Amino acid sequence: MMTFAPLLLVLLPVVAALVSFALPERLSAWRNGANIGVAFVKLLVVAYLLLQAQAGVVFEWRYEFLPGYDFVLRLDPLALLFVTLSVFLWLLTTIYAIAYFDRGPNLPRFFGFFNLCVLAATGVAMSGTAITFFLFYELLTLATWPLVTHRGDDKSLRAGQTYLTYTLAGSVTFLAGILWLQSLVGAIEFSAPANLGAIPPLTLTLIFILCIGGLGVKAAIIPFHGWLPEAMAAPAPVSALLHAVAVVKAGAFGIVRVIYDVYGIGTVAELGLGVPLAALASATILYGSARALMQSDLKKRLAYSTVSQVSYIVLGASLVGPFAVIGGLVHLVHQGIMKITLFMCAGALANRMGITAIAELDGAGRLMPATMAAFSVGALGMIGMPPVAGFISKWYLGVGALQSDAAWAVAVLAGSSLLNAAYFLPLLYRAWLLPPPPGRPAIAELATTRDRMLILPAVVTAVVSLGAGIFASLSFSPLGWATLVGQGYLR
Amino acid sequence: MSPLDLLVAVPLGFMLATLLAGRAARWLILLAVPAMAGLAFWLVLVSPDAAYLIGHWDLPLGILLRPDGVARLMVAATALVIGAVGLHALVDPPEKAGNAAQAETFWPLIYLLWAGANAGFLTTDLFNLYVTLEMVSLAAVALAAMGSLEAALRYFMIALVGSLAYLLGVALLVARYNTVDVTLLSQVAQPDLATMLALGLMTAGLLIKAALFPMHGWLPPAHAAAPAPASALLSAIAVKLGFVILLRLWFEAFPAVTGQPALHVLGGAGALAVIYGSVQAMRQQRLKALVAYSTVAQVGYLFLAFPLVAGAPDPSGAWAGMMMHAVAHMLAKASMFLAAGLMLKAAAGHRIGDLGGLAQAMPMTVTSFGLAAVSLMGLPPSGGFTGKFLLLNAAIAQGAFLYAGVMILGGLLAAVYFFRALSACFGAGPAPREPAIRGVCTAAPLVLAGLAIVIGFAGSALDTLSAIAAPWAAPGVAAP
Repeated sequence: MMTFAPLLLVLLPVVAALVSFALPERLSAWRNGANIGVAFVKLLVVAYLLLQAQAGVVFEWRYEFLPGYDFVLRLDPLALLFVTLSVFLWLLTTIYAIAYFDRGPNLPRFFGFFNLCVLAATGVAMSGTAITFFLFYELLTLATWPLVTHRGDDKSLRAGQTYLTYTLAGSVTFLAGILWLQSLVGAIEFSAPANLGAIPPLTLTLIFILCIGGLGVKAAIIPFHGWLPEAMAAPAPVSALLHAVAVVKAGAFGIVRVIYDVYGIGTVAELGLGVPLAALASATILYGSARALMQSDLKKRLAYSTVSQVSYIVLGASLVGPFAVIGGLVHLVHQGIMKITLFMCAGALANRMGITAIAELDGAGRLMPATMAAFSVGALGMIGMPPVAGFISKWYLGVGALQSDAAWAVAVLAGSSLLNAAYFLPLLYRAWLLPPPPGRPAIAELATTRDRMLILPAVVTAVVSLGAGIFASLSFSPLGWATLVGQGYLR
Repeated sequence: MSPLDLLVAVPLGFMLATLLAGRAARWLILLAVPAMAGLAFWLVLVSPDAAYLIGHWDLPLGILLRPDGVARLMVAATALVIGAVGLHALVDPPEKAGNAAQAETFWPLIYLLWAGANAGFLTTDLFNLYVTLEMVSLAAVALAAMGSLEAALRYFMIALVGSLAYLLGVALLVARYNTVDVTLLSQVAQPDLATMLALGLMTAGLLIKAALFPMHGWLPPAHAAAPAPASALLSAIAVKLGFVILLRLWFEAFPAVTGQPALHVLGGAGALAVIYGSVQAMRQQRLKALVAYSTVAQVGYLFLAFPLVAGAPDPSGAWAGMMMHAVAHMLAKASMFLAAGLMLKAAAGHRIGDLGGLAQAMPMTVTSFGLAAVSLMGLPPSGGFTGKFLLLNAAIAQGAFLYAGVMILGGLLAAVYFFRALSACFGAGPAPREPAIRGVCTAAPLVLAGLAIVIGFAGSALDTLSAIAAPWAAPGVAAP
């Protein structure tokens, strides 16, 4: 168990994937059981690892995969932060996906690739070298494509094409950056940053641009965000996964790794790269919010909101002040749990009442109160309303901006919060205060076909979003863990 | 007798047996696969590093079989490919409707190909290599003729020109040095006109056989028209022999003769092949033509690696990358042709637009196609990626950014055309014909594609293997 623990986290989803691919549709109950079971076992493993990590144990598993290049899985505190998030949300998304699809077509394929996707996300989190990171990062691209094109209609196929065009171009850019840096300093280990002192600043800057530019595609930084709204053609569980657990997060996480573990905060500051990146992140935050405001489709609005929110993580990482670092890291978790709540609710609304446009939300709160309550928590959190978790992120980012003498960033945060309120509050107003239009099914009618498993995951994540905000001061809260991670880098 | 002899003798024996066995010929593959698997296993893991002289005659009279790293890898990959393709063809014989005789010709041909390829990978005698080249060409032309007689005839004429050019070069070397053994030649070779002319002739002849741009013209029609198992063997094995002989010539016999400019001519042709083959593949409407043009591009990488190997201070990385790429292409391309053959049996037509609905109807086969495509695109995790990663590393370390750029561009273009095909499989389409395909048929491409992926994780082992008696490790290996 000891050194094999990281490997176990990678191999468990492989088992679930193979079972999903192999079992025919008539044994779907077994497939569902295997999926939930494996997700649950993984959560137990992570719990064990968290306990060990608190005692200061760092698990590592490595083998030489090419001469001079090791395949390394390493569970440092930053890795655990992301692993815990993805494993926890995976369990909930699995339950949700089972309820959402019920008996749809092509489910063996869906759950197979779904597992590979989470395997890749966990792998991205645990990668200890740049080459290992790239392996999992690309596996993520490949495993997500069949999910995006799951429906097989023209719209999904086009979305899949756009997704690949963006992400593959980003990947080769990132690969070029890695290869260039490796030709100068040898294999890149995250646990032991190379000494970059002898490399000319211009070269370092160009490599940084290649790496961040490549990773920025998945993190949906403008102008590389175009694929994300289009990928909304995918089913709701996939959107939840793309936005909260896997793809977008992998990009943001990669940027955090490059800044903290490849370059180091000091080098980034010396090269003067933090401010331009922070400016780009700020532009993305405002642009994403403004575009979200213009959408009339619910999922599209949420998609642009993701474009905006993920850049908070990048903003925190690039501002390099102590509070900003922590704020960016904790938003990695907070954005995940809040955004997955919103997407699961949006999927439930579409699934149960056929609601996809914002104008159709009228009275939804009366018909599906639990769903809309969860949605409201997520939306208020995104705006940054206390006591929901989003408030903590924004508070730390704001204070961090002041610490780094970047008062303009506070203005960006404030402006974005206003925009957030402008595009979320009307939804809540429609849902809770306007009467449902005629022709909607009655509550009694809905109750007969209610599927608790479709609602429960969103309620759980909503409660967790609240809890993460209210109990933020406890050491095992996301904030507590992010502080631990951040202190490691600031020391 | 050494097992090295058996690697050539056993397939020849099976060839004769198939001729005698009549209608039962196809069942012999069940004996051939374990026998050859055992021999290949022995060669890779057990065989001593020393060379072996057939009949124990000394050089230059004797014939040297030398199990170096290149030979071990290529013989093992050949055994995997022919074994899998053979088992596939056993269940699903490659025949046109009502032409059973054609199916029977397939069996002696694959054993001839097997013997010729193994002998060609193991021997370092330039005249013997000529013989093996002819064995492989003969088998390849006949296999291509199972699909289109016209394409095969064209292939035959061009291959003949290639053989003659090669033979002329060998004759010049005999006149000049009185030996045709690679090892002996490396000790006496002088960069004079006769040697350069000989090398030029032989190289031109071999490039035709290896189908390097711009001498690739015969390949796409021949490979696209042949029945799927035959195409798999043509693309995976037949073109590799020319490549291996070129390795023997350029890096073992005549490293003193080949200069940087000449190496860059080969590398440049390789780079153009990558781009031309990819662009052509993007323009194809028929699935098998797309796969065939991908071979033109993939062959390009092998020659693009030549200047990278020669230019590296420590060539082990580039060398391993080149061999990894060759092996990964053999496995992945064989898998892809088999998968494409199965898909076309079920699809409404031969065009990419006709593939709709196949992802639902035959998920395993589409998965095989997808996995093979991942390796051919050079995306991780796969053998194709590991090979390309090593080559990119070498290119960047030498400042050969043009080659690096072509490799990256080639990967992207490959993604464009392979995902176009995969995308079509996922799309809606007319209900596919009920594919009358049995389990083993879908297993063969899946196993090959899986291996192409898995070897990506075995980079270190492959590096060690490919370095055995490599020319750069000990130039001019002494004969025993």
